[in-house]
Order: sequence, then C-alpha cells, then structure tokens
Amino acid sequence: MNKDGVSGAVVEGASVQGTGLIKGASIEGVPVESLLMMVLLTLLAVITIAIVRQRNMFGVVMLASIYSFLMASVMMVLDAVDVAMTEASVGAGISTVILLATLHLTKSVEYPQVRGVIIPIFVSVVVGAALIWGTMSLPPFGIVDAPVHMHTAPTYLAASRDHLAPPNMVTSVLADYRSFDTLGETAVIFTAGIGVLMLLKGRRRKMLGESEGQGDRGGEA
Amino acid sequence: MDQLKVFVTHYNYFITIFLMVAGLYIVIARGNMIKKLIGLSLFQTSVYLLYLSAGKIVGGTAPIYDPAFKFYSNPLPHVLILTAIVVGVSTFALGLALVVRIHEAYGTVEEDEIFAKDDGA
Repeated sequence: MNKDGVSGAVVEGASVQGTGLIKGASIEGVPVESLLMMVLLTLLAVITIAIVRQRNMFGVVMLASIYSFLMASVMMVLDAVDVAMTEASVGAGISTVILLATLHLTKSVEYPQVRGVIIPIFVSVVVGAALIWGTMSLPPFGIVDAPVHMHTAPTYLAASRDHLAPPNMVTSVLADYRSFDTLGETAVIFTAGIGVLMLLKGRRRKMLGESEGQGDRGGEA
Repeated sequence: MDQLKVFVTHYNYFITIFLMVAGLYIVIARGNMIKKLIGLSLFQTSVYLLYLSAGKIVGGTAPIYDPAFKFYSNPLPHVLILTAIVVGVSTFALGLALVVRIHEAYGTVEEDEIFAKDDGA
C-alpha cells in the first residue's frame, strides 16, 4: 500500500485485528475511545432535545453554547484538535456573543407555540429514516482500512512528514495544497462582513441620533 | 448480537442524523427566526460531525507528525471543516443581521406575526 511507513492506511507490522480496528484498550470488544465517543454523543443528543423543547430564547442561546462546547469535546476525541479549537472559540464564543446581541436588539424573550407539529415531525422522521437506511452501507466507525484513508490521505501524510515543518499536518495541507479554500473563505467572510455592515448601517445612524450607539457587529467574523 | 454490533459501529452516524433531523425540525416547526437560525447551525454542525467521524481512526492519533506514531486520522476532513466553521459563522452573522433588520421593519421576529402583518397591509 505505502512504502513510506507513514500512513492513514494499513502499515505492515501493525497489529490490526480482522475487524479493521487497531488493537488497543477495549471493553467487551468495544474500544475505550468509541465508548467515550458514545457517551459524549449521547449528551449531545440530550442537549439537542433540550434546544428543541426550550421556549425561552435566552435559554436556547445558552444551550446552543453548551452544545458547541460539547461538540468541541467530541471533536477532540475524534482527533480533530484544530477543528475543536476553532469550534470552541468560534462556535461557542463568537456565535453566542452575536446571538446575545441579536436577542438584545430584537427583545425576543419567549414565544408561543401556535403551529401544528404533525407535518414537521413527518418530514423529519421520513428524512431521518432515509438517511439511516443510507448509513447502513458506510464502513464501521474508526477502522483503519476505510476507503477514506486509502486515497490521497497517505500522500498528504507522507508529504507532510517529508516537509519536516510544520509537524501539524492540518496546517501543511491547508497552506500547501488547499490554499484556494482559504481564499474563497476569505471572500465569503469579506462579503458577509460588508453585508452585516450595510444591513445595520441605517440602524446605527438612527441610534447615534438618539444615544451613543450599540457598537459595531460587523467585524466579528 | 449482530444488530448490536452495527449499532455500536454506526452510532456516530445515527447521532449525526439525529442532530441533522433535529435542526431540520426546528427550521420547519418553529416560527421564531433566531431559533430557526440556531436550527440551521445545528444542521451544519451535524455535517461537521459526519466528516470528522469518517476521518477518525480508533487507536490513531491527531495528525501532528511524530516518529513515535504510525496511525493518524485523515487531515483532509479537518482542513475542509475548519473552512466550513468559519464560513458557517459568517453566514450565521449575516442571517442574524437580517433578523435585526426584519425586527426594525415589522417590530417582531415571529414568522406568523410577520405574515399576518403582510396580509393586513
């Protein structure tokens, strides 16, 4: 598969079980990492139910913040450390701040339930069932020889090792191979920032006429 | 026993789908526009989870090179999701700015009340 010995895919000499899982600490055949993962994911699902049911908007915002932090923990367990850091700062930090600012500006506190829930539940259940049916053919979680680890990933890993710096492969892939992603991202952020500024401009002028103004929310992205 | 095994090995995907469907439900069933946007971001986060779950190797380590380790999770989904998170929050901010403008124009962020006002006008 890969003569360099560094790989996301199978390496000769590594102790890989028949199931495609690396040998390690496990309870009843389930790896400890997977168990930890399952606990965190269950908590995430509980928080999601709370978000759906919560009527107080302030409560919803706080629960969304908790959700983001839990998601960051899940990302840590999934070995996506850079993504976890971004999610904790952007998802739990900035999102919460702009949500609270919006709540302040719109004075949205509580809302009544006036619509029927039959159609939304029906749509959700059908979509969920179709998606679950679709996941049945996906490879099991965390195996070494999943198709996603066979193609391009070994190249990236070997190249990152040969570059020697930086040791963080996410950084080297981001900067060396996928810089156009970041260029597009910057364009999106720029456009969104301009959009936010233009949308809130009239308001700011009005506020400045009345009092000293709310503070700018345009530069947060 | 076989079904239990599938449940354990596909638990990530099931939760991903649950989060996605919950986000979809909030977007359809709730009239408050701020809550709708939170639902959309739930939907988005579930996609992050799907990508990162696919990149994980149980028993592997984070993709930071060290001679002591042989197995690293796939760095490519991480790179894609890093971009997605930042783009997600900027579109989220734009959506909330739109909500603020709607509140200025209509005096409410409840969809039903806005429709009622539109019909009355």
